[in-house]
Amino acid sequence: MDLKDKLVSSFMAFENMVDIDTPIHDVRSEAIKTFEEKGFPSKRDEAWKYTSLNSILREDYSVFPKKENSIEFRDIKKYFIHDIDSYKIVFIDGKYSSHLSQTTHDGIDVCLMSAALSKPKYRILIENYFNKAATKDSLSSLNTAFSQEGAYIHIPKNKVVEKPIQILHFSTGNESALLLQPRNLIVVDENSHVQIIERHQSLTDNPVLTNSVTEIFTNKRAIVDYYKIQNDKQSASLIDNTFVKQKRESHASVHTFSFGGQLTRNNLNFYQEGERIDSTLKGVTIIGDKQHVDHNTLVHHIEPNCESHQDYKGIFGDKSTGVFNGKVLVNKKAQKTNAFQANNNILLSDKASINTKPQLEIFADDVKCSHGCTIGQLDESAMFYMRSRGIPEKEAKALLMFAFSNNVLDSVKIPEIKQRITKIIANKLGVNLGFDL
Amino acid sequence: MLKINNLHASVEDKAILKGINLEVKPGEVHAIMGPNGSGKSTLASVIAGKEEYEVTQGEILLENENIDELAAEERAHKGIFLSFQYPVEIPGVSVTNFMKTAINETRKAKGLEDMPANEMLKMIREKSEMLEIDRKFLSRSLNEGFSGGEKKRNEIFQMAMLEPKLAILDETDSGLDIDALRIVANGVNKLKSKDNAVIVITHYQRLLDYIVPDYVHVLHNGRIVKSGTKELAHELEEKGYDWIKEEVKA
Ligand SMILES: Nc1ncnc2c1ncn2[C@@H]1O[C@H](COP(=O)(O)OP(=O)(O)OP(=O)(O)O)[C@@H](O)[C@H]1O
Ligand SMILES: [Mg+2]
Repeated sequence: MDLKDKLVSSFMAFENMVDIDTPIHDVRSEAIKTFEEKGFPSKRDEAWKYTSLNSILREDYSVFPKKENSIEFRDIKKYFIHDIDSYKIVFIDGKYSSHLSQTTHDGIDVCLMSAALSKPKYRILIENYFNKAATKDSLSSLNTAFSQEGAYIHIPKNKVVEKPIQILHFSTGNESALLLQPRNLIVVDENSHVQIIERHQSLTDNPVLTNSVTEIFTNKRAIVDYYKIQNDKQSASLIDNTFVKQKRESHASVHTFSFGGQLTRNNLNFYQEGERIDSTLKGVTIIGDKQHVDHNTLVHHIEPNCESHQDYKGIFGDKSTGVFNGKVLVNKKAQKTNAFQANNNILLSDKASINTKPQLEIFADDVKCSHGCTIGQLDESAMFYMRSRGIPEKEAKALLMFAFSNNVLDSVKIPEIKQRITKIIANKLGVNLGFDL
Repeated sequence: MLKINNLHASVEDKAILKGINLEVKPGEVHAIMGPNGSGKSTLASVIAGKEEYEVTQGEILLENENIDELAAEERAHKGIFLSFQYPVEIPGVSVTNFMKTAINETRKAKGLEDMPANEMLKMIREKSEMLEIDRKFLSRSLNEGFSGGEKKRNEIFQMAMLEPKLAILDETDSGLDIDALRIVANGVNKLKSKDNAVIVITHYQRLLDYIVPDYVHVLHNGRIVKSGTKELAHELEEKGYDWIKEEVKA
């Protein structure tokens, strides 16, 4: 039985496990139908031309892990940004781990999707927001059909949440192959501010496929900064579907750091539903081996006087492959839009490749839209310059790579995250730079 | 200190250096002059270990050791320093971080511990004062947006930090105003000792008034066609290169 059939038939088993007497379950039932009709995307779909899911869909994934798992904090501490005080929502093999988590209902809600879906006090919020940003594409629909667990974050009006929130997913390898489908909902009301860090981490070499959906709503003048750290094992793949709906004068940023995993696909979508909105999409990708990272972004400018900034840097070694597909859509009404997009890449080997494609659809006439993509090699004259000062080849390369990624790293607002990212990169490149960038 | 025997080098099968012989002893200053395109920068790059250039014949000895097989960084660790004619911009790496890395990598190669942070800071302060470099400069990205003169002054600052045995200054004077030329030349002179040596590549006598050479060589078409003392530089300033080219033909 192929994975699609297995999933469709698992849906019945899933219905025995959840409350089907809710409006949410109607949404799920709709979604499984959509998935059944559309199936997994294939290379025939324009948006999947350069990313094939074939090899990862071949695994015999468990859809519902059977065993409960527990892990000790000390074993996974290194995956947390542990040098800052934070809220934590931790999942192990898709199941919530209360002993590793630190949630709250004190003025804000930082808790579980399963609670939000079942408790009456969240009903109105869920009805207003759940699945209101996600699209009806096949993978998001698949996630919607099985949506049950994940992070639920609601920040009411006028709250600046001082502590960042970390969402972590661990897989233990108890199943020979595991499919995870976390579903996150984040609602930030007027004037509020929150920072979120998300990470998926496999702890063994058993295959894991994560198909996650995150919906983020930033209401009037809210500020959301979201950081995704993707540095998983070679046996893990991630399809990240993130949808950000912004109301007027809100600021939302998503930084995606992709350094690992077999296949990573980021579907990142921003919808600007008000004036004077600011959207920031930035990423650094540094991969090697046969790794594959695909950034598929959309910024939809619907109203006038808004801005968007996209800046993606990619460094590809060995036989790794990258895709950047950045779509900017400017409605006729969205005059005075300022949309900036840049995608710069360095290929370290002649077997590495990147497909980069900006897609601008502009229906307004008074807009500033710029885009640029470059593909190059490491600057040889800079390499010689550094080496002639005594800096060995490996370290010189690393310095150039940091320099290349610098303006994305520099816009990370939490210093501990910046330090952590710097460390991950340095580890990956096998250097010890002896100073913080 | 440096001995170059019958050095031939080419790039993409095009011969540029065609039999260079040169000996530089500790404590000496050598000036290399010569028309544009004669191969001066190429010679400097080959000594510093630029891989783009292929040595097809001959050898370069540093303290009697053939350095042909050494990478650029290994030559730097042995005390070779090249001040670039066109210093490269490295956005995103500050002058200070760059220097820390260069110094500590050199120490590491010699089996030494990292230089303690306070010692490093002290050294940076001293050397930047010597070259009258504003400290704000040191936190800027290396060479990025530096003026021509600022880049050259920064090269000599790096030389002062690294204290090389053999410094090759490739047209360090070009782009410097009169005051800066004096400051930079004084800096170089302060670093001079009986144990190290300097090769200055220049088009102008002016620099040689400050950094006085023991020998002057004229490079033409990939060969040293004339060598002399500092008077030769005066003669060249007056008469240009034509008479030498004539001599070569004859
Ligand atoms: N990488 C290269 N590829 C092709 N030709 C080169 C390369 N490097 C140097 N050359 C050629 O070699 C010759 C010598 O160049 P070089 O830069 O050494 O001259 P120079 O004496 O330093 O000149 P200048 O006084 O103008 O600085 C020139 O004709 C130059 O075009
Ligand atoms: Mg030159």
